Amino acid sequence: MQLTARVAAIGLVFLGAVALVVVLLASGGDEAGRGRTLTFFVAIQPGGSIEEVSKRCSEESNGRYTVEPEFLPTDASQQREQLVRRLGADDSSIDIVGMDVIWTGEFANAGWVEEWTGKRKREVTEKVFPGVIETASFEGKLYAAPFNTNTQLLWYRKDLVKQPPRTWDEMIDAAEKLGRDNGGTIQVQANRYEGFTVWANALIESAGTQLLSGPETVELAEGPTTKALEVMGRLANSSAAPASLSTSNEDTARIGFESGESAFMTNYTFAYASAKEEAPEIAKNMGSARFPRVDANRPSKPPLGGFNLAVSSFSENKDIAFDAAACLANGKSQLTATELDGLPPSRSDLYSNKVVTKAYPGFAELVKRSIEGAGPRPSTAAYQDVSLAVQRSLHPPDKIDPEDAGSVYDELRSNLEDAVKREGLL
Amino acid sequence: MEAHVPAAGSARTRSEHRLAWLLCAPAVIAMLAVTAYPIVYAIALSVQQIDLRFPDEGGFVGLDNYTSVLSSQLWWTDVFNTVFLTVVTVSIELVLGMAIALVMHRAIFGRGVVRTAVLIPYGIITVVSAFAWQFAFAPDSGFVNNLPLISDEMDWFGGRFSSFAVIIMAEVWKTTPFMALLLLAGLVTIDGQLYEAAKVDGASAWQRFTRITLPLMKPAILVALLFRTLDAFRVFDTIYIMTAGAQDTESVSILGFNQLISRLNLGLGSAVSVLIFICVLIIATLYVKLLGTRVEEGRPVK
Repeated sequence: MQLTARVAAIGLVFLGAVALVVVLLASGGDEAGRGRTLTFFVAIQPGGSIEEVSKRCSEESNGRYTVEPEFLPTDASQQREQLVRRLGADDSSIDIVGMDVIWTGEFANAGWVEEWTGKRKREVTEKVFPGVIETASFEGKLYAAPFNTNTQLLWYRKDLVKQPPRTWDEMIDAAEKLGRDNGGTIQVQANRYEGFTVWANALIESAGTQLLSGPETVELAEGPTTKALEVMGRLANSSAAPASLSTSNEDTARIGFESGESAFMTNYTFAYASAKEEAPEIAKNMGSARFPRVDANRPSKPPLGGFNLAVSSFSENKDIAFDAAACLANGKSQLTATELDGLPPSRSDLYSNKVVTKAYPGFAELVKRSIEGAGPRPSTAAYQDVSLAVQRSLHPPDKIDPEDAGSVYDELRSNLEDAVKREGLL
Repeated sequence: MEAHVPAAGSARTRSEHRLAWLLCAPAVIAMLAVTAYPIVYAIALSVQQIDLRFPDEGGFVGLDNYTSVLSSQLWWTDVFNTVFLTVVTVSIELVLGMAIALVMHRAIFGRGVVRTAVLIPYGIITVVSAFAWQFAFAPDSGFVNNLPLISDEMDWFGGRFSSFAVIIMAEVWKTTPFMALLLLAGLVTIDGQLYEAAKVDGASAWQRFTRITLPLMKPAILVALLFRTLDAFRVFDTIYIMTAGAQDTESVSILGFNQLISRLNLGLGSAVSVLIFICVLIIATLYVKLLGTRVEEGRPVK
């Protein structure tokens, strides 16, 4: 009997402790003056712009909400993996989602993010590049507020080449002429990852065709696609290919350029700030130009990246989450992202702003034009399938015969047909 | 009264049985919850068309997903890669592990230090060791390309053969200690007198190894091989970090990951998982059969 009494006493104390903890936890959420806490899942930005805009918007809300950023890894597939696991399990702890431009179709079709309508829609799309609005939309509906965008430029060494090349062929010729020991290599992103799809898509778009013409229709006009693939194969099999071409990404490309071994590089806008910091001697002679053409008679279609802010369908505070997301993505916030992290704004009217011209000295207008003329990756709910199919068909790029890309074209086409139907293994 | 005695006895046995079941119940329930439930759920998913990105679709499709996987060339390439990696890594680990076990067994001084030092790689998380070796072999930041006889421009992860070589090396480095530990456990059970007797009879060191050590260690070797083979067949982390399956180095686990996590195609992905599970079952059954007979052989004749 004594033992039972003791057990009961211990049990009571334990229950009491649990109850106390529960009460304490529950009361933590609604402190006076801070309003509702909104969790903002977003990729980490080393410059601290996310913390800064979260803080500012919380203050501006006059106690309606507090935005708490929750950071995701720097790698895009890992960001997606974490979000997908939570959203797939109807997790209500996410209020605002920092959504990569390629996830829109997938997240919208799965019913994970809310549509933007009416006044709010007009507000967050005002003066935004039409191409960027496209990346935040799926089947004609807007699912996110455009935050920052991004594009790739051609970076070159002004001390090694007088004029930036206009086409990939000219660039490879120029690099071959310089020779490997004299900076004659071209840095791109050709590891088997999303960055490879970015490159392949930009080449195919620049050649005058596209991967898909609708969410489930493959386009890939044979002539232009073959031309784009031949450029890929030519670079990969020429002396202009860096030794580690098939494992290169944005960072190895940047390092290769900063080390002085490459006269050319296609990369995002961060490359300039990075070179200024890491290799000032190289940065002094760093020129920028539009992403090279594939077809000499057709303007190139540079890659388009960036993040849009969506409201999770599982959020318990959707209404204020819309307000918060609109604030986090407004012009002021976009400029903060440009100032602290070098990310290009998605509003076209900001490109004459001092913050932008300072971040992109002498090339702000080029960035703007590049975004206006960009060729976005396809908008489809099965985007991951499409991207995997592209990577499987074209990687490693040195397998493409620069004289005859016909067989690789057939492989790409049949893999893409399977991908849009979501059939077979990828 | 007399008639009640056995009845009382059986009532007692029954209540003891009941108590036994009651005491086992939590463990059985936990086992069912954490192992049986996911397996049954995966099998249920694998016979449906189910894709998280297309919530309106779905339905029972029978064995379609399995046909899809088994008729894909990719599946068979990946099975080949996985079997190749398993056979090569486990064989190297067995030989090295045996050598290390013998050294650990014979170590006269600093036994504790030797054993601890050998075990360090096994204590490192696989992802961490994969990153460490990847950085070591990276052409821009690694030290390997600065070693003599190796070209500065060698791109280890740019070709199939060299990628496999690095993956195998990292796997062997990481798991040989585990193998050595299991073999050491078998080694210490061998009676030292057998060696002395053999020495008296003039047996050479090699003869003592092949005639005494190996036969008596057979059960331990088979257990070690079983554990390592099952682990090696499910290799994921090292490949995912180093090549993510590029250059045709993909294993079946990476294939499953791509279908499940990248494509969110739960039906197809679960079919891949179930097939991996079946492969693992086959490997386990073969070993257990082999192990069963070997244990019989090892017993003294009655």
